[in-house]
Amino acid sequence: MSTTTAVEPQYKVLIGMEIHVQLATKSKMFTGAANGFGGEPNSQVDPVILGLPGVLPVINKRAVEMAMMVGLALNCQIAAQTKWDRKSYYYPDLPKNYQISQYDQPLCGPGAIELPLPDGSSKTIRIRRAHLEEDAGKLMHEAGMTESLVDLNRAGTPLLEIVTEPDLHSPEEARLFGEELRRICRYLAVSHGIMQQGHMRFEPNINLHIYHNGKTVKTAISEVKNLNSFRSVERACSYEIQRQLAEFLANPEVTSNAGKSTRGWDDDKGMTLLQREKEEAHDYRYFPDPDLVPLHVAPQWVEDIRSGVVELPIARRKRYQEKFGMSAKEAFSLTEEREVADLFDRAAALGAPARRLTNLFLGPAAKMANEAASAEAATVLISDLPVTAQQYAQLAGLIESGGISATSAVPIFEYLVKHVGADPAKAAQELGLVQVRDQNQTEAWVAQALAANPQAISDYQSNPKKKQASLGFLRGAVMKASQGKADPKLVGEILEAKLNAAAQES
Amino acid sequence: MINEFSALEVRNKITAGELTAVAAAQASLSAIAQGDGQLHAYNAVFADRALQRAESIDRAKAAGKPLGLLAGVPIAIKDNLCTTFGATTCSSKMLKNFHSPYDATVVKKLEEAGAVILGKTNLDEFAMGSSTENSAFGPSHNPWNTHCVPGGSSGGSAAATAARLCAASLGSDTGGSIRQPASLCGIVGLKPTYGLVSRYGLVAFASSLDQIGPMARTVEDAALLLQVIAGHDPLDSTSWPQPVPDYLSDLDKPLEGVRIGLPAEFSGDGIEPEVSSAIAKAVDFYRSQGATVVDVHLPHTKYGIAAYYVIAPAEASSNLSRYDGVHYGHRTAKPENLFDLYAASRAEGFGPEVQRRIMLGTYALSSGYYDAYYLRALRVRQLIKRDFDQAFEKCDFIACPTSPTVAFELGAKSGDPLQMYLCDVFTVTCNIAGIPGMNIPCGFSNSGLPIGLQILGPTFSEQRMLRLARMYEKHHDWHTRKPKGFTNS
Repeated sequence: MSTTTAVEPQYKVLIGMEIHVQLATKSKMFTGAANGFGGEPNSQVDPVILGLPGVLPVINKRAVEMAMMVGLALNCQIAAQTKWDRKSYYYPDLPKNYQISQYDQPLCGPGAIELPLPDGSSKTIRIRRAHLEEDAGKLMHEAGMTESLVDLNRAGTPLLEIVTEPDLHSPEEARLFGEELRRICRYLAVSHGIMQQGHMRFEPNINLHIYHNGKTVKTAISEVKNLNSFRSVERACSYEIQRQLAEFLANPEVTSNAGKSTRGWDDDKGMTLLQREKEEAHDYRYFPDPDLVPLHVAPQWVEDIRSGVVELPIARRKRYQEKFGMSAKEAFSLTEEREVADLFDRAAALGAPARRLTNLFLGPAAKMANEAASAEAATVLISDLPVTAQQYAQLAGLIESGGISATSAVPIFEYLVKHVGADPAKAAQELGLVQVRDQNQTEAWVAQALAANPQAISDYQSNPKKKQASLGFLRGAVMKASQGKADPKLVGEILEAKLNAAAQES
Repeated sequence: MINEFSALEVRNKITAGELTAVAAAQASLSAIAQGDGQLHAYNAVFADRALQRAESIDRAKAAGKPLGLLAGVPIAIKDNLCTTFGATTCSSKMLKNFHSPYDATVVKKLEEAGAVILGKTNLDEFAMGSSTENSAFGPSHNPWNTHCVPGGSSGGSAAATAARLCAASLGSDTGGSIRQPASLCGIVGLKPTYGLVSRYGLVAFASSLDQIGPMARTVEDAALLLQVIAGHDPLDSTSWPQPVPDYLSDLDKPLEGVRIGLPAEFSGDGIEPEVSSAIAKAVDFYRSQGATVVDVHLPHTKYGIAAYYVIAPAEASSNLSRYDGVHYGHRTAKPENLFDLYAASRAEGFGPEVQRRIMLGTYALSSGYYDAYYLRALRVRQLIKRDFDQAFEKCDFIACPTSPTVAFELGAKSGDPLQMYLCDVFTVTCNIAGIPGMNIPCGFSNSGLPIGLQILGPTFSEQRMLRLARMYEKHHDWHTRKPKGFTNS
């Protein structure tokens, strides 16, 4: 929260975030035109999107419901009545030269979430409001052209603007909040959260409270516009902190009470650039849109939506740690994607032992998904692999009962991926990986391993420092000799008995 | 002769096989060819398309197919209604060459009912004005005296309907733009309750005030057109989701024991004596038919014009911001930069009255002025609504002049915007309150110019309002008089 060095004064960082989330509705915010990314320029438009004379907007009910879902996930109050306002400014990517937004009656009022921090603690981040609006189109400036081109495919896309209180106190917290919000939106299926496609855009508002000569000096707030990666959020915040601090140190008397400025982020140079001072602020001439009627949100509607809000990642991580005994890291990995966590829960519900299941997911399943992802150069989740909850449960059960060894789970899992719908027990047989508990057979594998590794035997017997390591090495050698079929417990017993017996003989 | 038929007569004769739609269309087209040179009621006439549409009606008739409520009726529509045929200009240089890729909901409804759209009529640019002199394509003329204005902004529709250059027409009314030209041209004009008729495809002037409505020579025809164009439209969030009543079946039944309110605020200074006396006679007529006449008060009427000239320009400044020379419409020839592209395109594309209202509205919505102008105007709007609510507890309808004067000469007021704004003094509060209002002809001045009676009623009272108007029309012949020289039959 605060930093103290010999040269730097003590200060506190305050960051509030504005986040624009594109909602993944089928149609646009105020018309039936398709809401989709890409396509030929100006192919996802209609007279309303083009702002032709005589057209009228009609509210997309699904967008309102998605916004309510996010609002409820952020514990926001949902307004009983909300209205629509026009925000006026001239720009060629905004065909009407006003944006339909919500000015003083946002759909979602104050709320808060508990943001988990890496040290295991958490912090309350208050949400000021969240409102719906329409996105603008895009201007394209092609090299060598004196003119700009306008693509209105993005125009009219439903946008949810979420505004937090300045409760984030470091660049890392700003990034973590953004990441958590992305997970929430993906869990709720209101956004695909693909950052490269601009599904989420971040605008941190940053300033410092500097303790100087017994007084608190507040630096001027700067708003960094349109960040579309978590890395740039963190970097831009860090840059701004250093810049504001340096500005203060250079002239400690002027900084106080200065106006807010708007800055842009240059990712290549790693610095922010001044775009607009307060004096140049737009007069947006907000007024209620006379083409739209106020929206009354019945309590029953809110309850219907609330009942559809799934268990969110933060709650799920907590449950996984408490109920399944996972580490924080394990719980985090398994809940990163809702589909994966859902699959896990389905397998667990079939009675699969949680520890075995966790290892299966984070071991062979994660490995195969990663391999498939690099082979296809696309995102492949564990849940995309053709292995069902039932198969996971059966496989975990086989390991638990000692039917197969944990090592054998890897080739069996690979088999299940390649032979869709295969039975795990039959796969174990097919692969000859059913665990062998036969005393004679196990003794034969032990003898084979000992014969091949005289040095390890000698280390075990003569060097107390290497005793445990040698035992582990020899156990591995036995498992290898058995091609993974041996029962590790039995191997351990026989191996130790043999080594100790040999020691007494010598 | 055909051009003398009312819309309903045309339709009935066509369904009875006594007249063909082609003959009706041809009669209108030849009347336009003869008369519109003097009137300039039309911005565009679609002769070929109209005849083709008429032929298809005749074919449908021959094939025994069911015919719509307006089968074969030659109709004119105001040139601020979007059509996929012809341009939609709003009588502005800005949209001179604008061709809409879609039809307004009312245009679809007219054509589905079998109407034959003859052409699009002249208006004050973007419907801003009361004389049609603000058209970028030149003014329209009043068929009763071509030295006079037809009123506005639906002056083209009013002139065409009065001069028999169509059977009936559509106009739009933001502060009186249907009723005032109807009054000045001696026809029936109805501004429906806000939300009764879909605005989808009506080029917006002031969204919270605009309504499309019928302009016709008879009350029956107004009812017929309203029947066709009224109704909920999912494309217009402000349209009323209720079934449309039957305006025609009981139209001839007089209203029993109707109470007519006379507001003191709608009389006195500024009203021509001939207008006052014609209104008084009309009220006497209703009294003779058993109506009770009561005094009512609309105390905030005096703030009506002021509130209107804040609210309407505020909305207009936003609605018209899309005409920027970027995506469509007029673009300046050689812009130096983006700002210049906007500024020059708009300065060249908009006429002076439109620019004046954009400036007024932008000012009223600006930070620091919003509360003093826009918010205060909205408060006045509430008070005016309340005035009407209270008045309609005491009476069923209000009777008053539509216009304080008969038609004035071209140029008489065009140099003084405030004088022109006062033309709307009796019509704007109806739009501000969202209630229906209509004009019916109720006499002529000594100079031979029409005088109009305005009837105002509570929201969605059109069915009874039309019956009240019909009571008067049945016993008077003003609507049968026709301007000389503008009909070929």
